Amino acid sequence: MNFSEEKLKKVQEIVARYPEGKQKSALIPVLHIAQEENGGWLSAEAMDYVAGLLQLTPIEVYEVATFYSMYNLKPVGRYLFEVCQTGPCMLNGSDGIIDYIREKLNIKVGETTADGLFTLKTVECLGACGYAPMMQMGKHYKEHLTKEKVDQIIDECRRTAATNN
Amino acid sequence: MGRKLLLENAHIENIRLYDVYRQNGGYAAVEKAFKMAPADIVEEVKKSGLRGRGGAGFPTGMKWSFLAKPEGVPRYLVCNADESEPGTFKDRYLMEFIPHLLIEGLIVSSFALGSNRTYIYIRGEYAWIVDILEQAIAEAKAAGFLGKNILNTGFDCEIYVQRGAGAYICGEETALLESLEGKRGNPRIKPPFPAVKGLYGCPTVVNNVETLAAIVPIMNIGGEEYAKIGVGRSTGTKLISACGNINKPGIYEIDMTISVEEFIYSDEYCGGIPNGKRLKACIPGGSSVPILPANLLLKTAKGEPRMMTYESLADGGFPTGSMMGSGGFIVMDEDQCVVRHTMSLARFYRHESCGQCSPCREGTGWMEKILTNIENGRGKMSDIDLLWDIQSKIEGNTICPLGDAAAWPVAAAIRHFRDEFEWHVTNPDEALQRNFGLAHYADPIEVAATP
Repeated sequence: MNFSEEKLKKVQEIVARYPEGKQKSALIPVLHIAQEENGGWLSAEAMDYVAGLLQLTPIEVYEVATFYSMYNLKPVGRYLFEVCQTGPCMLNGSDGIIDYIREKLNIKVGETTADGLFTLKTVECLGACGYAPMMQMGKHYKEHLTKEKVDQIIDECRRTAATNN
Repeated sequence: MGRKLLLENAHIENIRLYDVYRQNGGYAAVEKAFKMAPADIVEEVKKSGLRGRGGAGFPTGMKWSFLAKPEGVPRYLVCNADESEPGTFKDRYLMEFIPHLLIEGLIVSSFALGSNRTYIYIRGEYAWIVDILEQAIAEAKAAGFLGKNILNTGFDCEIYVQRGAGAYICGEETALLESLEGKRGNPRIKPPFPAVKGLYGCPTVVNNVETLAAIVPIMNIGGEEYAKIGVGRSTGTKLISACGNINKPGIYEIDMTISVEEFIYSDEYCGGIPNGKRLKACIPGGSSVPILPANLLLKTAKGEPRMMTYESLADGGFPTGSMMGSGGFIVMDEDQCVVRHTMSLARFYRHESCGQCSPCREGTGWMEKILTNIENGRGKMSDIDLLWDIQSKIEGNTICPLGDAAAWPVAAAIRHFRDEFEWHVTNPDEALQRNFGLAHYADPIEVAATP
């Protein structure tokens, strides 16, 4: 993996936020960039590349990448559905939403559809308890989920994927 | 209507933008503070009685006064925006809709504490809010409130947003600092406290978003005036994020003079329980604090109305009370199953344990397994005592409070709803079919009339 000039500039900008010699602080933000550049997941190659960029040993990167839940260590589908299953969402029917997505996409939690479009994950509280049930999709939240809303989201993803392929 | 200090201008269109925020009195607190000596600002915060809004409720002015000031060593202010306590989504609202309030509070606080590099550590999932904050920072800088020699005082300050990557534990201040240093979020052993050895080994103050935003009204109206709002040691206003089975979930700013009953049933706040259901239980301060059955929620064990204050919510201690915590107010109606909800919270804490201390690492997983068994009709009567035993051995035996946070919800659920656990054991088939017979169960609970 190789970052573009623009991404390398972004890395420099991030490193400059910390005092001299503390570039390890940039690791978590730079891993986010690496994951975006690598199709939504962190391969060993991507992590090694980040280690080189920040002058860290590979193990320093691996131990961080395996700690935080937002880093995907396996390939994921083009659309990642991360449905919250914690208490407040559960009170508002998140179990039913998870079941519905499983049936509709015919995958289990943690799996990706055969066409590579969708991955379903369950996650713990994302801070949207008043707008439950909810899921994260990429950078944004989808809140007040209903079966109809899930249908719409899936249709829209399929349409976008069909036009942008 | 209670007094609003934080959300007073939240309804104004485009208040997210600097110009609109400024036209509505924004950045007056910075102008006022920069004419004061930093030590006087700390005094003003002490006078206000402001207590940390993240969950622990520690007096902010006192925390600030502990900050060590060795010569030639940088000091840091870090804003804890890693809002992750289930039931809590208030900081998100502040940052998303009135970002300049936080930035203004951060500039005043950075000046008071002498932090030239201030970080906002925000949970990774709030990705879009990073853009909102960075825009607000850029606007404040363009207006001369950040950067070099702010308002010709010779004070330099930059604010940077650091995005986390998914870890509840990073809301614990020393785990947050580890994470900000680019490491796993393993909490540090205290002492030394961050005030002496924090970020990069330098003196550091870590404060919650709402706490830092509250510095703005404290500057504007003065600490004494702020302390007049509320009751006793619960001064000022508090944001409550209300969720669960209520008609109007959302963020409410309360001036800590109202009762829990009014908060749940009044149209000004939660608007009561949907579909004519009765109130069964509530977790009033984020998932870590003890759950209370309706009768103990609305009235203390002494029979007095329970108020939305730090003291009243904690009245009776853990046997009959709870905590204000983060202000994550989770309401459960009569159809909800306490065993299932407790299982979900146990799963949360197992998932979020950093794994450093064995009582928490092993105990949270063990509790989740037992609760899953009981919930699915595979439990034994002795499991309930075993659960109690495990939680009691996690509490107080870990480096950070996550262990306590995992133990308390289980302890309180057994304490107040033991018969519901027993029902699951004696009625395994019904438990398996997720038919909890809870309407029956909810009957004996005293239900207050809607005011």
